[in-house]
Amino acid sequence: MTDLSIKTIAIGGAAGDGIREAGINFSEFLNELGYKTFSSFDYPSLIRGGHNYARVSYALGTVHADYRELDVLVAVNAESVFIHQHALKPTARVFVEEAYMNELEGVTANLIPIPMKKIAEDTKAPQVARTSSAFGAYGYSLGIPLNRLKELADKVYANVGSEINVALVEKGYKHAEGLGVTQDVCATPEEYGEIGEVIDGNKAIAKGLLAAGLEAYVGYPMTPSTSTLQFLAKMAKKRNLKVVHPEDEIAVLNMALGMSYAGKRVAVGTANGGLALMQETFSLAGVAEIPIVIMVSMRMGPATGVATHTSQGDLQFALHAGHGEFPRFLVAPGDVEECFECAADALNIAWKYQMPAIILSDKHLSESYKSVLINEKAKGPDLGKRAVPVDGHYLRYKVTDDGISPLAFPGKKGVVVKATSYEHNEEGEATEDAAEVQVMQDKRYRKLQGLYEDFNWFPTVKTYGDPNSDVVVVFWGSTKGAILEAAKQLKTPAKFVQVLWMEPFDANRVKRELEGARVVVDVEANHTAQLAALIREKTSIEIYNKVLKYDAQPFTPSELAAEINKFI
Amino acid sequence: MSLDLSTEAEVTWCPGCPNSQILVAFRQAVEGLVNDGKVELHNIVAGSGVGCHGKISDYLDVSTFNSLHGRIVPTLTGIKLANPKLNVVGFSGDGDSFSEGFNHITHAARSNSNITVFLHNNQVFALTTGQATTTSPKGFKGGTMPDGSINEPVNPVLIMLVMGATFVARTPASDIAKTKEIMQAAMMHKGFAFVEIIQPCITFFDTREHFKNAVYWLDAKHRKGNIDYAFKVARMNTDEKVPCGIIYQTEKPTFEELV
Repeated sequence: MTDLSIKTIAIGGAAGDGIREAGINFSEFLNELGYKTFSSFDYPSLIRGGHNYARVSYALGTVHADYRELDVLVAVNAESVFIHQHALKPTARVFVEEAYMNELEGVTANLIPIPMKKIAEDTKAPQVARTSSAFGAYGYSLGIPLNRLKELADKVYANVGSEINVALVEKGYKHAEGLGVTQDVCATPEEYGEIGEVIDGNKAIAKGLLAAGLEAYVGYPMTPSTSTLQFLAKMAKKRNLKVVHPEDEIAVLNMALGMSYAGKRVAVGTANGGLALMQETFSLAGVAEIPIVIMVSMRMGPATGVATHTSQGDLQFALHAGHGEFPRFLVAPGDVEECFECAADALNIAWKYQMPAIILSDKHLSESYKSVLINEKAKGPDLGKRAVPVDGHYLRYKVTDDGISPLAFPGKKGVVVKATSYEHNEEGEATEDAAEVQVMQDKRYRKLQGLYEDFNWFPTVKTYGDPNSDVVVVFWGSTKGAILEAAKQLKTPAKFVQVLWMEPFDANRVKRELEGARVVVDVEANHTAQLAALIREKTSIEIYNKVLKYDAQPFTPSELAAEINKFI
Repeated sequence: MSLDLSTEAEVTWCPGCPNSQILVAFRQAVEGLVNDGKVELHNIVAGSGVGCHGKISDYLDVSTFNSLHGRIVPTLTGIKLANPKLNVVGFSGDGDSFSEGFNHITHAARSNSNITVFLHNNQVFALTTGQATTTSPKGFKGGTMPDGSINEPVNPVLIMLVMGATFVARTPASDIAKTKEIMQAAMMHKGFAFVEIIQPCITFFDTREHFKNAVYWLDAKHRKGNIDYAFKVARMNTDEKVPCGIIYQTEKPTFEELV
């Protein structure tokens, strides 16, 4: 008989102890075993010391968010036990560094001492790998035969030298066996579903962009957007990508617009602070109608803010990016799978409509890992309206019924392509003529008509739960995970409405989903209920019940359920 | 074959502005290069920033990208990265690349981006009706500093040498023939080419008489491949003597080759 409930492991230690890597290794191991995982990472903005932890929730079915309540804690130091002991379930096991046992007198938890440091020394392994012996002890407690565990560990540690890590795993396993740690009964293989991969939102965004034909990526490192840049930089040679890290975010977007103008499908990535630096250039993309995708991953502001922690505080900022009025596209994925899909869609839409497109993520979505099955072939490139061979004269900003001017690139015989930051005529030459100014604005805004039609083909809004419930919970972005888990703990079944397309906004659909509800609750990780404000602006529906979290931590399922239950 | 590189856009520079001489020199430079088979016309992309110089994009019947104030240089690098066949040149100003966009031009020089930058140096913000730029002399009285600029001016040629530009030249806009030649040499150079063009502003800072007397041309004794000579010439720039010509040229791998 297998326990089908969700289990959670935390691995805690100091920065520099390899906690993040250990968290990913545990997730991959559980994934390889056949479980579905969700892992989040909490780390301060420093390189050594402090407290880092990774938290992995897993089950046989999909897990949308990690839980606070722990079944297992791997503690590399004593501090980790003190910080997390209040989250331990009564049955929880704590695999703790043996050297700190004397500091833990009086702690009532089920402490299992593992001499991680000593095992690493004896094995001549670097200390940063020492959690691998705890991994072995944990594997023993799951009731996995040693050979099977070694086989899985060999796969999990393939990138970092599996031989030494497998040796640590084996020693940890035998140590636990020697201590007589109790063993669970492991699920049988037929209970598992198809095994996918464990990736985070940033990597899924990169994969989505690649699927839609990305040829270049430009970025400047800023948490929590950096890993997309690093992932693509690593892939550059293999995928024939141009990946550039220039002097600052302003250069990033200007360089990318130069590449786009000259014919490359290009995206940039940054955090909300970087988007702030890019404002004027964002506006240039709007007036010059240069296709570009900007992945923006939010962290807690204002200013440098809480640099390595999450927030949904910049929906309205991103929606209003750039000075002046021009159409843009903004999509907010809510989980790793949607990161892939929305990124591919954003690239295609940017090129189809020749406008800037923002993919709005946040730290919790960008850097949390999930077991997913992504079909990379499900998305492909849509190249947009290319210039038909021109007879003599090419007009970059030709006025058309759908507002889309055929797109040509410099370097083609007989074709002159003029782009400009000034308002312009059809040629692309600056104009101050009142009639021309208005014609060109109208032309740009006509492109929205096409996007309104696209509402029929894209998931602008998604719903979950009981479609007939008179309790409606509306949300966006990374809160999706906690919402779908919290759904299991509500007093009455609710309908959950997720808004993905923020601009253009599918007002009719949102209205339809909210109208007639007895209770509507808005859930957001910000102070000012920015989605609720957008809904009010677009639909005139005022949402009075709000669950807002702005302590830079993501929602956890149980606390969110408790908050929503107050309104039911 | 004579090429008509003009457009229907009305030229709105002040009558007599040396910008028109730069425009003529560039059209002649392109015509020469195209006729000599060195460049194909459709492969030329000319960018510009914002300021009086920026209007030049509208007056050239080639592919152009009129960017934001201070931001043309990374745009040019992007264009070259996207399509290495393009011959990418950019027009910029002292306000446009040595005040607002200083970090971009210095980094492009440092990385030897294979682009050409023509700096229209009129030592004043002209389109905003006369304020001091980073190249205005100390004491320059402009709208924002009525008692005179309090800062020492920067020397663009010297900064470009320090940052590693592989082609550095200076020319007066008034000498169209020489400016054309230097433009052609810059456009044929592989790597970051920088040309400071002395472009007196006849309305807000008329230095025509001064430069007429101060400009002199480097002769055959100048060893343009020698960085020590180049630094010596760059530092010589004083109120009395302004050396012009190709000050430095060398070859290094380009940014676009290495990315």
